[in-house]
Amino acid sequence: MAGSAHFSVLVEVRLRDGIADPQGATIERALPALGFTGVTGVRAGKSFRFDIAAADDADALAQATVVADRLLANPVIEESAVTVQPVGAGA
Amino acid sequence: MATRVGVVVFPGTNCEHDAVLAVERMGASADLVWHGDTSVAGFDALILPGGFAHGDYLRPGAIARFSPVMEVVARFAAEGGPVVGICNGFQVLTEAGLLPGALQKNRGLRFLCTTVTVRVESSDSVLTSGVAVGTELRIPINHFEGNYTCDAETLARLRAEERVVLRYVDNPNGSVDSIAGVCNEHRNVVGLMPHPERASDPLLGSADGAVLLGSLLDSAAVGGSGASAA
Repeated sequence: MAGSAHFSVLVEVRLRDGIADPQGATIERALPALGFTGVTGVRAGKSFRFDIAAADDADALAQATVVADRLLANPVIEESAVTVQPVGAGA
Repeated sequence: MATRVGVVVFPGTNCEHDAVLAVERMGASADLVWHGDTSVAGFDALILPGGFAHGDYLRPGAIARFSPVMEVVARFAAEGGPVVGICNGFQVLTEAGLLPGALQKNRGLRFLCTTVTVRVESSDSVLTSGVAVGTELRIPINHFEGNYTCDAETLARLRAEERVVLRYVDNPNGSVDSIAGVCNEHRNVVGLMPHPERASDPLLGSADGAVLLGSLLDSAAVGGSGASAA
């Protein structure tokens, strides 16, 4: 599986639409105390960053997607979005 | 011979001795099974007790699912052996795919430590075989992530197949359809958020959990002997 290049991976995990989000709801209810009365639709999630060795972009994405689907997200209630970029590119 | 119960211990499990004591007092023998073990041979039933397996990191049960013992727990279940997950054990069983749905943070983000009333909704499971439908039991809950969630299709199926075995009378945590416990298709794997082992003696404030553990031991005595012969 490992390849010659390294890629940095960002996995964002969020609750599926229609799944109640007690954390998001609580955050939303706290915002008026800060003076923000126009904020709606707050959804809490998680993000994960890691590096992975892979042959190329497609391989890195494929591997990271397995990590996201099998461990980082619970597909019963969550979905994930995976992005990869070569280490060193951008910053 | 006494029914032998294996109580699975992950790093961070903390209700294993309560479970052992409760079933021993009912005449069974019980042994702890470490999460790194790769055999459950000789046991007639398995309990995954409460606690914080692997620190509940990522999600409760998410890491525990990959503990070596889970492979043999899954095989034991597939062969018809009775398996009960209590609280964190329920979370582990859902993450492992042995039970449907998932347990989310409680509605209102409150950690709940109280005694609740649950109603037995089906007598057709290894945990409720000795209890009449409609029986109300007073049993403690002690959780932050006990809010049972599943999609509409799964819920419809659970209802149609009468696989909701326990419901809260007064829903404390936001669980869909007030679900406190469910079973798998073959009704030999059950998960529940309430702690029957903490309600197994009048000295604990309630002995209502004893009928559930008693059902488990009876199921083990009937069905478990075949499984344990392997």
